Amino acid sequence: MSKQTNKNSFESFISSGQPWVWMNAGAVAISMIMVAGLLLLIAARGLGHFWPKTVYEIEYDNGTNIVQIVGERVETEEVPKKRIVESGIRVDSDQDLIERSLIKVGIREVLGVDFMLTVAPNEKSVRIPEDVIVLERTQWGNFYGYLTGVKQAGEPVNAATAALWDELEPRLHRVTELRKRIEHVEKQEIGSINFQLEKLRLKHRGLELEGVTAQKSYDQIQVRQDAYTRDYDVLKAELDTLYRDIARDSLTARVMTGDEVEIKLANVVKAYQPNAMSLGEKIMFYIKTFWGFIMDDPREANTEGGIFPAIFGTVIMVLLMSIIVTPFGVIAAIYLREYARQGLVTRLVRISVNNLAGVPSIVYGVFGLGFFVYVVGGSIDELFYQEALPSPTFGSGGVLWASLTLALLTVPVVIVATEEGLARIPRTVREGSLALGATKAETLWRTVLPMASPAMMTGLILAVARAAGEVAPLMLVGAVKLAPSLPVDMNAPFIHLERKFMHLGFHIYDVGFQSPNVEAARPLVYATALILVVVIVVLNLSAIYIRNHLREKFRSLEQH
Amino acid sequence: MTMAAPQISQDVLLNRASLELEKEQTCFECKRFGLYYGNSQALREIDMVVPEKRVTAFIGPSGCGKSTLLRCMNRMNDLIDIVRLEGEMLLHGKDINSKSVNVAELRRKVGMVFQKPNPFPKTVYENVAYGLRLQGVNKKRILDERVEWALHGAALWDEVKDRLQDNAMGLSGGQQQRLVIARAIAIQPEVILLDEPASALDPISTLKIEELIIQLKKDYTVVIVTHNMQQAARVSDYTAFLYLGELIEFGATDQLFTNPAQKQTEDYITGRYG
Repeated sequence: MSKQTNKNSFESFISSGQPWVWMNAGAVAISMIMVAGLLLLIAARGLGHFWPKTVYEIEYDNGTNIVQIVGERVETEEVPKKRIVESGIRVDSDQDLIERSLIKVGIREVLGVDFMLTVAPNEKSVRIPEDVIVLERTQWGNFYGYLTGVKQAGEPVNAATAALWDELEPRLHRVTELRKRIEHVEKQEIGSINFQLEKLRLKHRGLELEGVTAQKSYDQIQVRQDAYTRDYDVLKAELDTLYRDIARDSLTARVMTGDEVEIKLANVVKAYQPNAMSLGEKIMFYIKTFWGFIMDDPREANTEGGIFPAIFGTVIMVLLMSIIVTPFGVIAAIYLREYARQGLVTRLVRISVNNLAGVPSIVYGVFGLGFFVYVVGGSIDELFYQEALPSPTFGSGGVLWASLTLALLTVPVVIVATEEGLARIPRTVREGSLALGATKAETLWRTVLPMASPAMMTGLILAVARAAGEVAPLMLVGAVKLAPSLPVDMNAPFIHLERKFMHLGFHIYDVGFQSPNVEAARPLVYATALILVVVIVVLNLSAIYIRNHLREKFRSLEQH
Repeated sequence: MTMAAPQISQDVLLNRASLELEKEQTCFECKRFGLYYGNSQALREIDMVVPEKRVTAFIGPSGCGKSTLLRCMNRMNDLIDIVRLEGEMLLHGKDINSKSVNVAELRRKVGMVFQKPNPFPKTVYENVAYGLRLQGVNKKRILDERVEWALHGAALWDEVKDRLQDNAMGLSGGQQQRLVIARAIAIQPEVILLDEPASALDPISTLKIEELIIQLKKDYTVVIVTHNMQQAARVSDYTAFLYLGELIEFGATDQLFTNPAQKQTEDYITGRYG
């Protein structure tokens, strides 16, 4: 009897549709947990990197003698004792699980390594010294040590040990200002002169190729070249002075091995005393460092510094792609939906378009390289940039070719979305327009296309989402590890579509897998990934904002 | 027990219609007009005259071809690939289906209002100005004038004069339908075709539309397709009864409703079928 009831209640549970609801809700919940988990993971790993971490001074028994270790505790994990003993380390503990820490010790030039492993039982004492300094340098990674002196022009500055930090700070500030000036002179002013000189050289070569023999033309170029060279000499002199100035000061510091090291302030990007910082100072430091990460150029083979060129390159490439793909896809969709005779051929075209969306992106990369770069770019070079040959102008990867390749990759999405948008416009609206004496083209322009514009934006949103995340094809058509200059700068014609560019996705790959110091660069990988996600989200949100605005404007679709 | 009406031959019927119609000027004239959707014939040998500046109603059960016939009058059926025509449809003596006729121009002369209100998702003002802008009228003064005139003509001005820049989709169904009529008369057509203009509306809106139709016949030839026989009786001067793609009877509305010549017509208007 009771069995019967059970069976009935189970059946009624099944037929009530509850399991179905649970299954659907479960699927949604799992997706959301995965997305949230992904974002949390990269945010936690990436954003933590910029927080000034406590620096420890550890008296450590490494088995043969007691040494001092100064550094940040990067990671701590529990490891079975057996494994540690097997690796040849003596452990003074009876516990089965031993805490093992990864300590970032920096000073690669002294130690040869960035990291050290310690096991908790062997840490004889742990101290948090207030006066430890951390230096971020242009080379050799971080520096941890104790300030022992400040030198000006090779002469030690007279100051008590406690006051040394106060001596150091204004000097560092001076060096930062000088460095900015040097960068400006090198990149902007000399860069611009080099750009002009290169143009003149090409002009000269162009004249030769054209067979111009009149000495006058060459003389004119020579005159301008001389002018630029004189400008250059002036700047070069300024630069020399700047370099002499920036090399004036240095500091001496004692490192964990007990050695005293002298470091030129010119090589110091940032100096701070993390253990002496208050919470407010730490927050300020965090914001500054994070801002620097977003706005600065990368240093040390991309493992230090910022990612600005990569952010810029990504955004420029996506915008350029949007500008190319939207009109192209929309026009194709209009023909397919509005003008083409619906039949076998249009169906075949539609199937092919849909299948194009499924082709692996690297295939597009190969096509982009073979067709855009070599064939189209090569022809452009031969026709318009002959004077620069054999070095290619458009005949090698560049932001234009990358955008075109990605446009090709995403055009099916735009076509499909636009077609669906056009199909959703009610026939009555078209007839209303035609009945007023509009031709088909007028109806399209004045009524149908504006009403379908939200659908076009949907297509664009999907295209942007796909394109911003692509890396594989870009490696073939123009994304590079380090681009010397941005695709947009102050030299006419301001936008240089032939230039190679940096891309966040490629940057992640490069820093994570191609850098000389993978362990040190790992937080940067997460931080860069987070920025990439943020960039895509921002691009998408702006497109969604525009779409919602258009929807509001043409909201008749919802009423029909 | 109603007496079956005596069978009268088609010739007699047409003669009677033409007696009434003799005094009228001809607007549209169908001559053995027929229409096929692919292989199936939707209209068969229609011979009829639509008089100028009068309201002519097409009635008949669903699928009898009355809307199809209406849509032939401004060549709306061009949009459907599989449609094939035969016979002639003359507007003021000229065949509208001949190759020399510009369709857009024809539709400017023969405006149309559809069953469902179909305003564009633009402002009230832009809806009415749409047809004018198509003709290249862009001067604000002229547009303002014509928009107001058309909205007056469609008895809508008082309701929307403060909402001209609002989205037309925010108007009620009846207002939308009158807006669509205003849009049609703004370009001053000669003929207005109404395809069941009140079928999607409430009784009060329907009444307003009917009053408007009676107003319109002063200036325009009006052809209306309707399911509602009372409506046909109220607004029209002439009525055509179609059945299965054939014109069964055509005549003055009073006569057709009070004294139909055909048994099928009588059966229909007395509600035996349809």
